[in-house]
Amino acid sequence: MSLSILKPGLLTTVQDLGRFGYQQNGIIVSGAMDALALRVANRLVGNDETAAGLEITLLGPRIRFEAAHLIALTGAHLAPTLNGQPVAGNRAVWVAAGTELAFGPAGAGCRAYLAVAGGVAVPLVLGSRSTYLRAGFGGHEGRALRAGDVLPVGAASPVGKQLKQQLARPGAAWAAASFTPGPTLCPRPLFRPVLRAVRGPEYAQFAAASQRALWQEPFTITPAADRMGYRLHGPPLVRPEETELLSSAVTFGTVQVPAGGQPIVLLADHQTTGGYPRLAQVVSVDWPALAQAAPGQQLRFQEVSVAEAQALYATREAAVAGFRRGIATVYDTK
Amino acid sequence: MRLYSAPNSVRTALPLPDVPPVRLYPLGDAAVVLEFGTVISEGGHAAIAAFSARLARQPFVGLREVVPAFTTLTVYYDPWLASAHGRHPEPYEHVAAQLRALLAETPAAAAADESAAVEIPVCYGGAFGPDLAFVAQHAGLSPQEVVALHTAPNYLVHMIGFAPGFPYLGGLDARLATPRRPQPRPLVPAGTVGIAGPQTGIYSLPTPGGWQLIGRTPLALFNPEWAAPSHLRAGLRLRFVAIDVAEFQRRQQHES
Repeated sequence: MSLSILKPGLLTTVQDLGRFGYQQNGIIVSGAMDALALRVANRLVGNDETAAGLEITLLGPRIRFEAAHLIALTGAHLAPTLNGQPVAGNRAVWVAAGTELAFGPAGAGCRAYLAVAGGVAVPLVLGSRSTYLRAGFGGHEGRALRAGDVLPVGAASPVGKQLKQQLARPGAAWAAASFTPGPTLCPRPLFRPVLRAVRGPEYAQFAAASQRALWQEPFTITPAADRMGYRLHGPPLVRPEETELLSSAVTFGTVQVPAGGQPIVLLADHQTTGGYPRLAQVVSVDWPALAQAAPGQQLRFQEVSVAEAQALYATREAAVAGFRRGIATVYDTK
Repeated sequence: MRLYSAPNSVRTALPLPDVPPVRLYPLGDAAVVLEFGTVISEGGHAAIAAFSARLARQPFVGLREVVPAFTTLTVYYDPWLASAHGRHPEPYEHVAAQLRALLAETPAAAAADESAAVEIPVCYGGAFGPDLAFVAQHAGLSPQEVVALHTAPNYLVHMIGFAPGFPYLGGLDARLATPRRPQPRPLVPAGTVGIAGPQTGIYSLPTPGGWQLIGRTPLALFNPEWAAPSHLRAGLRLRFVAIDVAEFQRRQQHES
């Protein structure tokens, strides 16, 4: 039960939902940039949401399945093919031993997720299988995948095994399930996303014109964009009293503004603490849209309250919970 | 003074005379910041440590983790779990109320660790400390005076943050306080010692960074395979000791 990496793609890493509990030692959370996409991919193959999968960035890898597996692809639309034939995302797919997965040109979004029933079984490091690239641990040998890597796969759950048996087609290379979740759980990545955000702790220290610019003007993602954060280019954001701040916690979606006035929005590999003023905080439900945005794309920010953000989160989590409860039933009736 | 527009701020008194009132404000929809005053103090440090330990013993439903800093303790939570799957319509208010209740009954904090200071050898200036001259110029001192002032104090490790094993130190001589660089450097080598405002610290991993860089230590501060992955921990005392390039190279070989 394993996957062989024939070509690594631009940046393919093992990720789960992140390494929590060690930020007080300065150890970052890491984890899938688009955590919703990984959670849904895992559920589609009968895994716990916390199972590790592959995060695939813009230019996909070429992967050979060394045994029959049940897989699902979610997130960005990167023109996936199985043995050269296009395959739809956002559904469970049975693949025969020897079948090869490849990707074409990037369409919408920039990060796709591959889940495999049983999960990618790399060792847990400090409670997580996520790759911490800068520190060089977690995932597969603490690094991005390379050609020649062979990744072990764990044992599928009863639901995963059952669906794999139902979908298996003797003699075929692969077969896809018809069931696919709706757009709440599998949103199509947007080219010009509007990200909802709440005011950051230092919002009031910025000039009124800068506060207006934050909510009204577009910001472009510069090429200085990685899993740690995106540097944005837009109207200069001015904090008239340029007093130094004491470092305090920052998180996924924190919009911080160095003295140069060009903001940085932090992502999955964000540092645990920072000292730049925190102008805004992108709300949890919009982290996937942020994670799917690529350099050159434009972002806008829309102000919401904490209560509104938490209501949005509750709505989404209720949808995830409904999906979780329903999926065994859905698979039973296929 | 710092001003906040964040809604729902509340002040709660801790039963410690030298600890400032605690202010609560949200960091987005999944974290709440407890601010123990706005200036670095050992009383504030002790109160943060005590409350952090209290939360570890008595977590509320939905608590994910806590991140202590100089004057703040940031408490991460899952709003869906913290709301008991939607039963509390305003998860932030519900979490804040639980934290305020716990704050009100948290007893006086233990004093910081007074054990002997850990010595950190540092080669100052040159290629290891490209901003030493700027820090000296900003302070109106010579580079030698900057080194003398930086090696004098017994610093307190307030927190580990920013990167694995990166210590934030209290006790920097006020004359050495220097603003951060306007744009962070794309890569700062591991072991580099820096100053940012009233803070000094050590980069534990190669990482982007905006601090003014004054020297480098040959010691490793972090290794995920060590039983305790960080060489330093909050509450320790630390002293910098100046070394020359030859000593740096000798120690670096010893480390690797």
